[in-house]
Amino acid sequence: MKTTGKIIIFLCMAVFLYQTSDFPKWGDENSPASLHLSPYYILNTIKDTHVPNIVTSILADYRGFDTMFETTVVFSAGLACFFLLRRKSPKKKFKYYRHTPTGITLKIENNKKLSDEKSKVFREIDSLWTPLDPIIKTTCRFIIPFIQIFAFYVLAHGHYSPGGGFQGGVIFAATIILFAVSRNLTAAIKWISEKIASLLSAVGVLIYVGTAALCIIAGRLFLDYSALAPIFGTDEIMARSDGIFAVEIGVAIAVATVMTWIYYNLSSSGQHDEGL
Amino acid sequence: MNIWNFILSHFNYWAYIILMFIGLYGMIIKNNLIKKIIGMSIFQSAIILFYISTAVKLKGGIPILKTGGHGSFGHNPINIAEYMNPIPHVLMLTAIVVSVATLGVALALAIKIYRNYETLEEDEIREKISTEYFSEN
Amino acid sequence: MIEQLPCLVVIVTLISALVAAASGWLNKQYPFIIATSALTFSASASLILLFKIAGGLTISYHMAGWPPPIGIEYRIDGLSALVIAAIQIVALINIPVSKSYMNKNLKNKDAPFYGLYLLFITGLTGIVATGDAFNLYVLLEISSLTGYALIGMGNTRSPLAALNYLFIGSIGATFYLLGVGYIYIKTGTLNMAEIHTMLAPIANNSTILMAFALCVGGILTKAAFFPMNGWLPSAYASAPNGSIGIIAPLTTKVMVYVILRLGLSVFGQDIALGNMNLSMLMVNFAAIAIIFSSFKILYHTKIKRILSYIIIMEVAYMIGGFFTGNKDAMTGASIHVINDAAMTLCMFIAAGAITSKFLDDDIRNFKGLFKKMPFTAIGFIGGALAIIGIPPTCGFFSKWYLLKGSIEAHQFFFAASLIFSSFINAIVFFKIIEYGFFSEDHGHHHIEVDGIEEAGINVIIPLLLSLVIIIGLGLMTGKIVGNYISILI
Repeated sequence: MKTTGKIIIFLCMAVFLYQTSDFPKWGDENSPASLHLSPYYILNTIKDTHVPNIVTSILADYRGFDTMFETTVVFSAGLACFFLLRRKSPKKKFKYYRHTPTGITLKIENNKKLSDEKSKVFREIDSLWTPLDPIIKTTCRFIIPFIQIFAFYVLAHGHYSPGGGFQGGVIFAATIILFAVSRNLTAAIKWISEKIASLLSAVGVLIYVGTAALCIIAGRLFLDYSALAPIFGTDEIMARSDGIFAVEIGVAIAVATVMTWIYYNLSSSGQHDEGL
Repeated sequence: MNIWNFILSHFNYWAYIILMFIGLYGMIIKNNLIKKIIGMSIFQSAIILFYISTAVKLKGGIPILKTGGHGSFGHNPINIAEYMNPIPHVLMLTAIVVSVATLGVALALAIKIYRNYETLEEDEIREKISTEYFSEN
Repeated sequence: MIEQLPCLVVIVTLISALVAAASGWLNKQYPFIIATSALTFSASASLILLFKIAGGLTISYHMAGWPPPIGIEYRIDGLSALVIAAIQIVALINIPVSKSYMNKNLKNKDAPFYGLYLLFITGLTGIVATGDAFNLYVLLEISSLTGYALIGMGNTRSPLAALNYLFIGSIGATFYLLGVGYIYIKTGTLNMAEIHTMLAPIANNSTILMAFALCVGGILTKAAFFPMNGWLPSAYASAPNGSIGIIAPLTTKVMVYVILRLGLSVFGQDIALGNMNLSMLMVNFAAIAIIFSSFKILYHTKIKRILSYIIIMEVAYMIGGFFTGNKDAMTGASIHVINDAAMTLCMFIAAGAITSKFLDDDIRNFKGLFKKMPFTAIGFIGGALAIIGIPPTCGFFSKWYLLKGSIEAHQFFFAASLIFSSFINAIVFFKIIEYGFFSEDHGHHHIEVDGIEEAGINVIIPLLLSLVIIIGLGLMTGKIVGNYISILI
């Protein structure tokens, strides 16, 4: 069975390699793909949308319908991970607490509890022994706000430099995951709870679809941002630029919260009690 | 000289084909579920490489229009050969996001399988399923 | 409002999916109410669209106001409108059924379940309505991801079956994407209608033939055509009862619709059916698939596995009918897309009712079951007659077109396999009906039939409604073919 699989793979590879002789050459500027449709976008992006980043204007305006469904793919992946994995954590037999001033660890068995649940000197730690590392904690505490400002920069400058909603959202989610990795999953869940993550992800996609549906209500076709010119208070071309920015905000919110939600579910196997 | 020219002008296609078949080999032949998931990720990355490599123009730069000074545009005529083809970049932004989403769902399913069977090797799982099956009857 | 219909059919279920998933935090009953009202609205919108299209009209909707090929276009013609209406009505009929199966391992997960349900329907409707090749890939992945999650929450075997389905489905979808890439580097456009006009001068190019092979091969993998059908029986046999009612009737049929669309409107009949060797190969493969699944039906004894192999057989009917190439066979394949959706819906609702009440899906243990569950029995027998192909159910008419077309095209192996499979279906279903009605005691089985009660009204009414649709589709075949399909082919 495995040898027939290997033979089939080698034969298919030979067919594919033979077939590449027909393709356009590397870097050819007269290939059919470069001559037919893309010159329209390169020549007319400033005239139609006033956005110099051609990739952003195609992504969010000319082919904005694709991007709406791409955001929906991200949302449905987060929803699917939640649906498949989430369960109440089973009762644990041991709990571990660390006494912060001295570093001594307590192990409490048989479901008994600490006398003072909210004490500040005893902190609950994961069952996999994690050493307390002040270097990592302090460094991440300094870096995270700067990474978040960079994420906002990437989102806001999507019109003029490489960037946009997806990239900014992922960088923002990386800060939350960095916080969870440097401390504790429960600390991250206290900061951005699961309810906020799931609600904001739905809100993010709804911002996108809502902006597009607003164009129907304003009288034009779906996703035609020029219909929003009276709302934004500008002329039609700048309304397209502002419409692109509005949907990029929706995309960034959706992507950031869905990545966080997926991280919570995957790293703790659905139980949200301890994780990486 | 002919062979050399041919390789130089088509090497990007050969790279994507070799990468794609490495990924397919991993998905089909390997036994461990995580290795299959990694093979799937390599396979999808090969397709992304194919699309992006067809967008390159030899004299071209990134697809962001150059300003004519003080952020103004439209004074100089725009030369198409100086900007890369933007459409494959747009399509592949979507494809990258789709492959990440598929990876997330695949890992969630692998975690569920591990919860039920305590192993991630496919032949061991099939053995456990078949013994369960006979004990039901 | 009327001219926004092609867009509304897709957008309403999308918005309601997001609202349903978010509203689960407020109240447990809201997701079901939102899902039902959204599906009612979009089902009626699709029926209005169906009446408007009658007679050969084609509606084109330009997203974002840009004309194709600069923007994305939605094109709805007769066959698309029929399949969209079928998808929405199947989803609407299955909603009360899914509500009654929420108690098993899906407790407290109403909100994500209905969110995934509506996203699945959005993806399928979008696949049928779109006129852009890359948009089809994105919507294909939406429906696939939600399908994997809906299957993965069944019994203990379902995560492995869903993961195998994920691997094979990803290979199929990625090959389709590669095929679109090959077309793009030769023509430079992604719009389906424009690809058709631009492919005409370069039709014999090896890249275009490779693109056709990749696109069709990838989609056939997702449609469970013969060598690539390994994922389907385990996945559908272990899926939860609440979601099998939309996954089984719709997934493979929409993939067959995509092949019909690629063959008729994107590549055109010259490329798709022009190569005689390829067409003969596909028709023979279809005949082998039908015979293979017939033997599997005789061998297996679990009811859901038998129904899964019947799905593989029906897909082989449709693919063989399309590649036969003449007008009657292609009409038969097109009308079978809708007929098979109705028949599979009926059979899987009945099978779900039986397995949830009886807890054992081995047909040898069905002694006297049908006397205890009379309405379920009516639904099951009606669906069985449709699959065998007895008039006036819809199954007869599509088999009639396929037989007529294949005999006219001298594809005798395919015609013989059609008759053979009807014969085998008759044997298997009469065997099941005999087990169901006569309670002889063999003494081997452990589970008593006496305590079984009839399935709830949430399940019976959709089952009988789907039976009415089967007979209605059969009686209206002439009008459907005349108004919607014969213009296209």
